[in-house]
Amino acid sequence: MMILSGNPPRGKLLTGLVVLVVGLLALAPFLFPGSKPLNVAAKICVYALLVASYDLLLGYAGIVSFAHTMFYGVGAYGVAIALHALGASWFAVFAGLGAALAVAGALALLIGLFSLRVQTIFFAMVTLAVASAFAVLASQLSWLTGGEDGRTFSVPQALRPGFQLIDSGAFGGAANGRTLAYYLVFGVAAVLFLALLRIVESPFGRVLQAIRENPFRAEALGYRIVVHRTAANVLAALFAACAGALNALWLRYTGPDTTLSFSIMLDILVMVVIGGMGTLYGAIVGAAVFVLAQNYLQALMGVAFGAINKAGLPLVAGFLNPDRWLLWLGVLFILSVYFFPTGVVGRLRADPKP
Amino acid sequence: MSVSLETRDLTIRFGGHVAVDRVSCVFRPGELTAIVGPNGAGKTTYFNLISGQLRASSGQVLLDGADITAESAPLRARRGLGRAFQLTNLFPNLTVAENVRLAVQSARGVHYNILRPWMLRRDLIERADQILVDVALEQKRAHPAAALPHGDQRKLEVALLIALEPRVFMFDEPTAGMSVDEAPVVLDLIARLKKDTSKIIMLVEHKMDVVRSLADRIIVLTNGACVADGEPATVIASPAVQEAYLGIAPKHGAPS
Repeated sequence: MMILSGNPPRGKLLTGLVVLVVGLLALAPFLFPGSKPLNVAAKICVYALLVASYDLLLGYAGIVSFAHTMFYGVGAYGVAIALHALGASWFAVFAGLGAALAVAGALALLIGLFSLRVQTIFFAMVTLAVASAFAVLASQLSWLTGGEDGRTFSVPQALRPGFQLIDSGAFGGAANGRTLAYYLVFGVAAVLFLALLRIVESPFGRVLQAIRENPFRAEALGYRIVVHRTAANVLAALFAACAGALNALWLRYTGPDTTLSFSIMLDILVMVVIGGMGTLYGAIVGAAVFVLAQNYLQALMGVAFGAINKAGLPLVAGFLNPDRWLLWLGVLFILSVYFFPTGVVGRLRADPKP
Repeated sequence: MSVSLETRDLTIRFGGHVAVDRVSCVFRPGELTAIVGPNGAGKTTYFNLISGQLRASSGQVLLDGADITAESAPLRARRGLGRAFQLTNLFPNLTVAENVRLAVQSARGVHYNILRPWMLRRDLIERADQILVDVALEQKRAHPAAALPHGDQRKLEVALLIALEPRVFMFDEPTAGMSVDEAPVVLDLIARLKKDTSKIIMLVEHKMDVVRSLADRIIVLTNGACVADGEPATVIASPAVQEAYLGIAPKHGAPS
C-alpha cells in the first residue's frame, strides 16, 4: 500500500467503477479487436492523465489555467520534432521528451512567478493570452512545426503495426507493435497517474488544498502561497507534457488541432467537471465517459434514428438524427452538472451505503 | 532563547483615517498582555500590522531586534509570530484533524515534501491528535471544519495557533461567541501557555473578567492610539480608561 498513495477511491461503487474502467483499458487490445476501439482506449488513457494533471491545478490548488493544452502541445511537439528531425529512434523519443519537459517546466515557472501572485482571475487571463500566442506561434513556425499541417513522423520500429513481438497466431495477431504502443501509453499513463495520487496525498498536496480553501490563513500558518502555486503549476505542466508525448507517439502525428486547439481545453474542463474536481479518480471516469460519448454517441444515435424512423415517427426521429450528436452531448453535460454538481466521483463518495 | 517583540511608532492610514496611530510598545517574554479598547479602536488592525496581514504606513515592528516591518506574513509566521483570528478563519472543507495537521506540518518545517505520503508521518499525526485532545475536539476529528458549531470552530482556531508552536501567541478574542461552559477550555489553555515563561502572549479581549484573571499588563487603544499601559489594577481604575473603554465619564458619576 505504501508504494502507492494510501488514497484508495473510497466507496464500493466508485472502486468498482474505477476497477472496471482500468480493467477494460488494460485488456482493451484483446477484448476489442480493431483499430477504432484501440484508438478510443488510448485516447482515454492519454486524457485520463491529462485531466488528472489539470485536476491537480484546478481541483487541488484552486488555480484556473487555460494554458494546459499549451503544455500538452509542448510535449507532443517535442516528440514530433525530435522524431522528424533525428529519425525514428528511442534516442529521439527521449531527447524530444527531455527537451519538451525542460521547455514546459520553464514556461510554467515563468508564467507562475509573473502572474500567480495576482488574483486567480488575472492568472486565468494571462494563461489564455500565452496559450493563444503559443498556438499562433506553432502554426506560423512552419519550418519547425509543420505549420497548420503538423508533423507526421515514424515511431521506433517496436511501435509500428508491422512489428511482431512473437510469431503471430498465439494472440490472434494482437502481439504486434500497435499493441506494444498501446501498452506503452497505458503503462506510462498508469504510472504517472499513481505518481499524481501520491503528490496530492503528500504534505505538499495538503498545503495546496489549504491554499485553495483559505489562502489568507495558509499564509498566516507560514506557507508561501506563491511558491506553492508556482510549484503546482510546474508539476501540472510536466505531467501534461508527458501526456502530450504519449499522444504523439500513439498518433504518429502532431498538429495544432490535436494538441493546441482551444476546444481541447474545453474538453478537459468538461471531463474534470463530469468526473469530479479535486478527486483525481474523477479524471479516469470523466475521460472514459467523455471519450466514449464523443466516439460512440453518434453511432448509437444512428441506430436509434433508424429504428424510430422505421417505426414511423419521423418527428421524434428528427431529434435523434446522428448529425445532432453534439446537441445531445451538450444535454448530457448539462444533466450531469445538474445532478452531479460534485462530479460522478463526488456523488459516489457522498452516498456511502448506509 | 527568549524572544523580544517591539513596535515603534507603528502607524497605518486608510486614506485620511488613521487606524493605528504611532503605537510604541515593548512586549516581554513570560508576560500576558491584554489589549483592550472600544470597537473600532484598532486592536485587530494593530495585530494585523504585527503579524503581517497589513503593512504599516510608517513605524517599525522588531522581532528579536530585527526589523521585520517589510516581511510577508508567512515569513513572520516562520520566525515565530503566531496568530489566531477574531473571525473564524479555517480551512472549511478539510477535516478538523487535517486543519490541525497543516499547522503542525508548518511548525515542523515540512513545506514542500512531495515524496512521502501523509500517512507515513506518524509524528505529525500524533502531535495533531494530542492537540485535539487538549482542546477537547478529538471526538470531531473527522468532521469538516465548516460543519462544526461556532464554539468548536473557535476552539479549532486556537488549536491551530497552539499547533504552530509560535514564540509569540496572538489571540484575537478567542472566546467571542462561545458559550459559558465552552470558554473555560480555551481560557485554561491560555493559562497553561503562560507557565512557559519564554513566550510572549498577546490577547485582544472584551470581557473584563477574563482580562482581570489572565493579564499581567493591559494596553488600552482608543482611536488607534495607546492611551494607557500598565498593571491591570492601575489601568482599569484610571479615569482615562473608564471613559475610553467603558464610555463612561466618571466625573459625571454615572453608574456603570
